Amino acid sequence: MARIDCNHIRHAYGPHPKSDKDFALKEVHHAFEDGGAYALLGPSGCGKTTLLNIISGLLYPSHGELLFDGKDVTNLSTQERNIAQVFQFPVIYDTMTVYDNLAFPLRNRGVPEPDVDRKVRETLEMTGLADMAKKKARGLTADQKQKISLGRGLVRSDVNAILFDEPLTVIDPHMKWVLRSQLKQLHRRFGFTMVYVTHDQTEALTFAENVVVMYEGEIVQIGSPAELFERPKHTFVGYFIGSPGMNVMPVEVEGRSARLGSQTIELPGVPKAGTAGAIELGIRPEYVRLGASGMPVSIRKVEDIGRHKVVRASFEGRDIAAIVGEDEDIPADPRIAFDPAGINLYADSWRVEMGG
Amino acid sequence: MDRTWNNKAWFMVLPVLLLVAFSAVIPLMTVVNYSVQDTFGNNVFFWAGSEWFEEILHSDRFWEAMGRNLVFSAVILVIEIPLGIFIALNMPKKGWGVPVCLVLMALPLLIPWNVVGTIWQVFGRVDIGLLGYSLRSLGFDYNYVNDPFDAWVTVIVMDVWHWTSLVVLLCYAGLVSIPDAYYQAAKIDGASRWAIFRYIQLPKMNRVLLIAVLLRFMDSFMIYTEPFVVTGGGPGNTTTFLSIDLVKLAIGEFNLGEAAAMSIVYFLIIMLLSWVFYTVMTAYDAER
Repeated sequence: MARIDCNHIRHAYGPHPKSDKDFALKEVHHAFEDGGAYALLGPSGCGKTTLLNIISGLLYPSHGELLFDGKDVTNLSTQERNIAQVFQFPVIYDTMTVYDNLAFPLRNRGVPEPDVDRKVRETLEMTGLADMAKKKARGLTADQKQKISLGRGLVRSDVNAILFDEPLTVIDPHMKWVLRSQLKQLHRRFGFTMVYVTHDQTEALTFAENVVVMYEGEIVQIGSPAELFERPKHTFVGYFIGSPGMNVMPVEVEGRSARLGSQTIELPGVPKAGTAGAIELGIRPEYVRLGASGMPVSIRKVEDIGRHKVVRASFEGRDIAAIVGEDEDIPADPRIAFDPAGINLYADSWRVEMGG
Repeated sequence: MDRTWNNKAWFMVLPVLLLVAFSAVIPLMTVVNYSVQDTFGNNVFFWAGSEWFEEILHSDRFWEAMGRNLVFSAVILVIEIPLGIFIALNMPKKGWGVPVCLVLMALPLLIPWNVVGTIWQVFGRVDIGLLGYSLRSLGFDYNYVNDPFDAWVTVIVMDVWHWTSLVVLLCYAGLVSIPDAYYQAAKIDGASRWAIFRYIQLPKMNRVLLIAVLLRFMDSFMIYTEPFVVTGGGPGNTTTFLSIDLVKLAIGEFNLGEAAAMSIVYFLIIMLLSWVFYTVMTAYDAER
C-alpha cells in the first residue's frame, strides 16, 4: 500500500489545450494518504474518472506528476505501477473458472504455482467466493462478477492502491449495501489505500472517511461527510450533497446582518474577508425552522417522504426548501427562521469565514 | 389452458408456404424426380430406382472431385480464418483509418464472381498478365494452364483474395464490440499480448468465427464460377470440383439422371458437414 501524491496534475483530451475550458482536469494537487478510504464524488463529466485513470496509468496526464510513496511513477506503465482497478461493468475472463480468473494476474507475473494457489484460496475466502471456485465465471450474477474483479486486485498482496470506478452501477440495490459494507470491512481489516469514484452521494458518504468533491475539473472540497454537510466550501457542494440540496440566495451584507428583499437575517458573525462580488447566503433545509414566528413565506407544496416532510415554499420571491418532522403540523400562517448554526456565506460561490 | 382454435390462421402462412414451395421444394422434387428415372429423349422416362445413386457412389470421377473439394475447403479455411483474424486484429479501431480499411476490405466482396475469375485469369497469364509475366521474368516456371500445382495455387490465392475480407469484417465486428474496460483490466492484470488475444478477444469473436467458418466452408465447397473461368477445371481434371463436374454431367453430357443423383448426394454432404461443424463448434462453446 502506498501514499499517492498528485502534483499539480492537469489533463486535456485534445492535443493543444488553450484555455481552462479545454482541460478535463484543471488542476489537482492532492495527496491520498496510505491506507485511506477516499471517495471521488461529482456529477458526470467533472473529471473524476479522468483523475482515476491518471492514477492507474491508463491515461498520461498533460501536466504534473504522480508519486507513489514519494517515488515518481508518472512514466511507469499501468502494470509497473502495481495498482488494482474495478470498473463500472464487471470485467471477467469468460472462459476461465472463478479460480483461474483470480489466479490470472499472478500467473501473468510469473508467480510460482504453490504461491498462486495459496493467494487465490485466501482471496476466495476474503470475497466469499470459495464455494464457486470451480465454476465458469460467465454464469455468475453481476455482483459475483464484480467480486471477481475486486478479487483480482486483492489477490496481489503488494498492490499500491485499489481504485473503484463506479463499481456498483450495475448491482441490484439490496446487493449494493452488502457489497459496500464488505468493502468497508476489507478496508478495516487490511488497510488498503482505496479510491472510490461515484456520483452517488450516499455511496460516497457511507464508504469513505474522506470525500473529495469534484466540479468542472477541479477539487472543490475535501472533507469528512459531516464537514461536507455542515460547511460546504463551495455552493456546488451545498447543492450536490444533501437531499434536497442547500438553499442558496443572493444577499447584501452589512456588518452582522444580511438583507434579502425586505427581510434582514442575523448572521452568526461578521464576514472575515471582504464581501465584494456576488454574495450568497446558504442554508440547508435541515436548518430552516418552519413555525409561527419569523419571516413570512408562502408554501407551494409539501412532499411527504416518510421519515420527514420537505416543504417547498416561496420566500421573498425565491424558492426555498425546509425540512420538518413527520409529526409536525404546517402552520396556517407559515413563517421561517434560520438556525444561525446552519448559515454559511459565499462570495463568488466560495465560502467566507465569519468571526466574532 | 384455454385456447382459441381457429384453423383460418393457416391462411396466414400460405404466402410463405407458396414462396418456399416454388423456390425450394418444387425444384428440389424435380431433381429427385430425375434422379430415379432414365430417359432416351422424347420426354419418355423409365423408372431407374437407385441405379443412378449406385453409379455415382461407385464412380471414381465423383470421389476424386469430392477429394479435390475437401482439400480445397481445408486449405482455404486454414489460410483465410487465421489471416482474417490477424488482419482484423491489426485494423485501426478509430480515426480516419476505419472507413478506409472497411471500404478496402469490402471491395473484393462487391465484385461479381465471374469478374473475379476473369481478373485472375488475365492477371495470371504468362504473356500479358502482371502476375504471370512477373513470375516468369523472375525465373519461376509459372503457368496455370499447364501445371496442376500452379493452377491450384492460382485458384487458392484468388479465393483468399476474394473472401478473406468476409472473415476480416466478421471478426472486426466481434472485436469492436469489446468494451475498453476489458483491455484496461488486462493491462492492470499484466496480461501479455497473447493472453489478451486468448482470453478476451478470441472468446468474444467465438460466435462470429463460427459463422465465418460455416459460410466459408459452404461457399468454398460449392465453388464454381471462379475456377471455371480461370482454369475451366483443368489442366486435365485437376481443378474440376464437384460443381464443375456436375455442370459437365448435366449440361455437357446431358446426363440428367446421374446429374440429379449427384446433386442430391452433393447437397446431403454439404448439409451433413455443415451440421458437423456447427455441432462441434457450439458444443465446444457450451462446454467452455
